[in-house]
Amino acid sequence: MIPNALPLSLQDNPRLDQWVAFPAPGRVSVRTGKVELGQGVLTALLQIAAEELDVAPERIDLTSGDTASTPNEGFTAGSLSIQVGGAALRLVTAELRALMLEQAARQLQCDVSRLAVADGAILKEGVPSGLDYWRLAPALDLSQAATGAAPVKAPGQLRLVGQDLPRTDLPAKLGGAPFIQDLAPPDLLHARVLHRPRRGARLEAVDEAGAARLGAVTFHRSGDVVAVIGEDEAEVQAAFTRLRDRARWSGGVELKETDAEAVTLLDRPTAPPRVVERGAPSGAPVVRRLEATYSKPYIAHGSIAPSCGLAKFEEGRLTVWTHAQGVFALRGSIARALGLDPALVHVIHHQGAGCYGHNGADDAAFDAAFVALARPGRTVRVLWTREDELGVAPFGAAMVVKLAAGLDASGRPVDWNIDVFSPSHGGRPGMNGAVNLLTPLSLATPPDDPAPMDLPDAAGGGASRNAFLLYDLPHQKMVHHFITDAPVRTSSMRGLGAFANVFALESFLDEAAEAAGLDPVAYRLSLMSDPRARAVIEEAARMCHWDMSPPDGIARGFAFSRYKNSAAYLALAVELSVEEEVRVSRVWCAVDGGLIVNPDGARNQIEGGVIQALSWTLKEQVRFSEGAVSSSTWETYPILRFSEVPRIETQLIGDPAHPPLGIGEVSQGPTAAAVANGVAAALGARLRHLPLTRERIMAALLEA
Amino acid sequence: MDEIALRVNGEDRTARADAGAPLIHVLRNLLDLKATRYGCGQEQCGACMVLLDGKPTFSCTFPAAEAVGREVETAEALVSHPLREAFLELQAGQCGYCLSGILMSAKGLLDRTADPAREEIVAALDPHLCRCGAHERIIGAVALAAARLRGAAA
Ligand code: FES
Ligand code: FES
Repeated sequence: MIPNALPLSLQDNPRLDQWVAFPAPGRVSVRTGKVELGQGVLTALLQIAAEELDVAPERIDLTSGDTASTPNEGFTAGSLSIQVGGAALRLVTAELRALMLEQAARQLQCDVSRLAVADGAILKEGVPSGLDYWRLAPALDLSQAATGAAPVKAPGQLRLVGQDLPRTDLPAKLGGAPFIQDLAPPDLLHARVLHRPRRGARLEAVDEAGAARLGAVTFHRSGDVVAVIGEDEAEVQAAFTRLRDRARWSGGVELKETDAEAVTLLDRPTAPPRVVERGAPSGAPVVRRLEATYSKPYIAHGSIAPSCGLAKFEEGRLTVWTHAQGVFALRGSIARALGLDPALVHVIHHQGAGCYGHNGADDAAFDAAFVALARPGRTVRVLWTREDELGVAPFGAAMVVKLAAGLDASGRPVDWNIDVFSPSHGGRPGMNGAVNLLTPLSLATPPDDPAPMDLPDAAGGGASRNAFLLYDLPHQKMVHHFITDAPVRTSSMRGLGAFANVFALESFLDEAAEAAGLDPVAYRLSLMSDPRARAVIEEAARMCHWDMSPPDGIARGFAFSRYKNSAAYLALAVELSVEEEVRVSRVWCAVDGGLIVNPDGARNQIEGGVIQALSWTLKEQVRFSEGAVSSSTWETYPILRFSEVPRIETQLIGDPAHPPLGIGEVSQGPTAAAVANGVAAALGARLRHLPLTRERIMAALLEA
Repeated sequence: MDEIALRVNGEDRTARADAGAPLIHVLRNLLDLKATRYGCGQEQCGACMVLLDGKPTFSCTFPAAEAVGREVETAEALVSHPLREAFLELQAGQCGYCLSGILMSAKGLLDRTADPAREEIVAALDPHLCRCGAHERIIGAVALAAARLRGAAA
């Protein structure tokens, strides 16, 4: 195998001992740079390692996301944990098993073909040989680089991969204390940090004395940042609430109510447009031109737990506990913002509530570090408020997508043009060489961050993610208009640009089918030659009985996408009714993710993604009033509830001979498009701007 | 600070707290019962739900002093309850942060209603938010636990 074909995680962390160790008889230590975000990734990685090593999963102690001990695998994001991180671990563990067998063959003076591994013990002709991994390990040089050359198991040999191993983290989540919010070392100190209500606002007045009357608290201030600190969390919270509610701010970026509408992005300055073109117009005569503009607003991550960080500063060393997606990048940003040597900063991942992208986790970790430096020797715990979580964490970027296509006489696209308008989807710590943390911007000496940029196409793209279609089109032209001055901070949220792009593209495809007088599923199949894409489209159509008309009062919608055009394939159908609101009653998904490590976990991710995307599609929009974010409670930022979720059926139809493909973000875009297509079928009028609210439906009905 | 005497999960516990401190603070910080989760502090997400004399109650706002003399139940008490078994069996959850509160509302429902219809389960869970989208499995797990409890009672 040529070295650059190795998964990126392995290129960056080539040594075997960066991944696996045999610390004590019967125990295997496996390290991963990927972290648990509620998606079940640690269970899947455990399955992969146990499979290729041929040890029981119970023997493995998994360490994840620790700057002192795990490989640096960047961010846990982009549906790459299994596709890249899992692939690396699979090659490493397969190689270790092969090295162990070679070593055993030398010691037993026999051919490797006579040996096998059973739960870490070496069998010779099926009989225990007296050797095992732990006796053999000292004879191996595990500091050597992985070659990636050892064969991984063929599909027919898999025992654990492909099985529904129960989630290893779930038992503690039912009645235990597994979350970062639950950490409470004996030297704990509670703190809350005041965040400014608008970018650039200055703190004019703050009543510390009044707040201190509500409890035994002290304060730490730098620039426009104030922390409230104390031993008793209830007192700290009470004092902080009073302090926050009476703080006076001036200046800064005043948010206008209309800034919350994505279409106002079109009035904002952009970087020079970036044009990427594939193919050329087919030359067939255009008999019909179609054009349409779609949009999605700013969306909040809305984790159910407020972000939390813990930090301790002792003897010049800073230790930080965080639920962020990239501990190494966070270490760099914290060190820079606080003027510390990164070698003296140790960042450890500890899981929090579900994370769907770059939320407040990094910022809360910094807040804890900021206070810890002022209170050396104590572990400081900062918990954000619900208002912070919904109001000052980065938002998923608003987007406008303009589409234009010429169709020939048979309805096939002759040319195809997509214009994408969006602020950054890549504002994570360290990206673009910036610190990219919230609180440092309000410090007495803020870091000198460069202007934001978007994620490059080579990294999967931000606004450009899934801007190109997988269909067989002679020509596709994308123009990326990067909005340089968004009114609010934006960064990566599940699917990045793919959500808006797939919503727009797969809506527009239905519009093209309608213009051509063709059935949407038949139209898609007529444009698609990729056999794996065709298979999921056909399967989803079969599952929902697309060829039969739906019952009275019910409409159906359909959509397809391959996430990033490189991860899993998914086709999805919905059944819905529209009265004043859209009510989605059923959803069918057909997915090809190649080899699926844990099918039940994959279904859970795909179906959870559908429900979350339904919530985005039908309800969610960040709103501004009186100059600031006004949607900072669950009342003003409602999400889908138990009484509103549909039944979902999922078929995983991939061939296990194909390598695993990321599935964690595959269902978002198609969900929005299928719902919009169903709504268009129900109303006879198309809604092109998310969310599909009652107001928009009433307006469309009046126009129709 | 006042001495607050509570009966939690069948045990008598005391803690020193301000009379107005919310029940969740006493449970999590003073009694080290951390399965009760904090989500919003505004009665809007259900993460903090406990049972108070069998009735689902938002512990994030409920004054601890008013719980004196009443029976408090938290998710710690469900270690061997069929509800927890059912949630594990159906892998009903993703990040799991919403589950403690949901378990308590579900227990409140099953304590009153042996054979809840799907609509009743949904209504009992509607005060709860789940951002990961594990709703369908959660509804299924509550129904499964109800069936198990009926089987055990029969
Ligand atoms: S924390 Fe009590 S309802 Fe949200
Ligand atoms: S499982 Fe994550 S919020 Fe419900």
